[in-house]
Amino acid sequence: MRGDLTAATITIPGANGDEIEAYYAAPSDGGPRGSVVVLHHLPGYDAATKEITRRFAAEGFAAICPNLYSREAPGADPDDAAATARALGGVPDERLVGDVAGAAAFLRAQPASNGAVGVIGYCSGGRQSVLAACNLDLQAAVDCYGAFVVADVPDGFPFAFTSLRPLLENLSCPLLGLFGAEDQFPSPEQNVEMAILLEGHGKSFTSHTFEGAGHAFFATDRPSYRPEVATKAWGIVLDFFTTHLAEA
Amino acid sequence: MCTYATTVLTIDGSAKGKIGWFSANQATVYFDHPVHFARRHALMVDLANPSEGPSARVGLELSPESARALAVAILDALDAVPPALFEADGGTR
Repeated sequence: MRGDLTAATITIPGANGDEIEAYYAAPSDGGPRGSVVVLHHLPGYDAATKEITRRFAAEGFAAICPNLYSREAPGADPDDAAATARALGGVPDERLVGDVAGAAAFLRAQPASNGAVGVIGYCSGGRQSVLAACNLDLQAAVDCYGAFVVADVPDGFPFAFTSLRPLLENLSCPLLGLFGAEDQFPSPEQNVEMAILLEGHGKSFTSHTFEGAGHAFFATDRPSYRPEVATKAWGIVLDFFTTHLAEA
Repeated sequence: MCTYATTVLTIDGSAKGKIGWFSANQATVYFDHPVHFARRHALMVDLANPSEGPSARVGLELSPESARALAVAILDALDAVPPALFEADGGTR
């Protein structure tokens, strides 16, 4: 792995044809290669998520991270944008699907693309990764500790989330779930329920629940970071994408 | 964990942040992962004015103990004020 790459902020068409900001990173070689859509966590389109995006490029995948808060807070600092989006109830599901569709179309249109596109998301992006994979033609999906995939949303909940339970039968691709045993959103029990539901629908689902880790164990800039778990989980993610994004 | 639980309320006041002083008309309160405070979770408060853009915001990230102490101090300060001072501004305690 040479790790040579180029990365830049670009604009792509998202849901409803809206122009949204995105961070795109790609290996310097000519491909062909699989590609990954990276969905940032609830705290936003931040430096740590851009670092994840570059990591995928260094590992041989083209990767793009759309700024899911482009509309609410264009050009804002990530924390200000996240606060704005939170106060407004988060990202609407329909718009998320449109934004991921736009990102996937961009990736597939690149000359070095082999046509295969995966999606990975963290925290709120974990649920959104499953949501995208239940609505779009994708080749692989990774859910990193996304809450409310199978859990019901409580009354008075301030975000426009719903359980994805009714959509799981539409999952278009193999799904990998990476969870912390100490997390309660999602809880280990909910992750077991997710596995049972997906198995019932005949879907390919592999999950790992790591002891000694809670929510956001991938987040290198936060106290929740668990280096040993994150290193192991990174390896699992790369193996998963290498297997399923080898060809469309 | 992300609790997602969020309370948004209308307020009347001013705050000073990145853009300087602004009229703050919205407060958001939640318990979640802080951006800067080196804890896994914190009580977060955003004082904002959405009409002036995302940067019209003052963010607080507090330990639960600090947040409760601050809340008590605010209430104590208000309780100690002579009612006439509220009435002078057309408000109430």
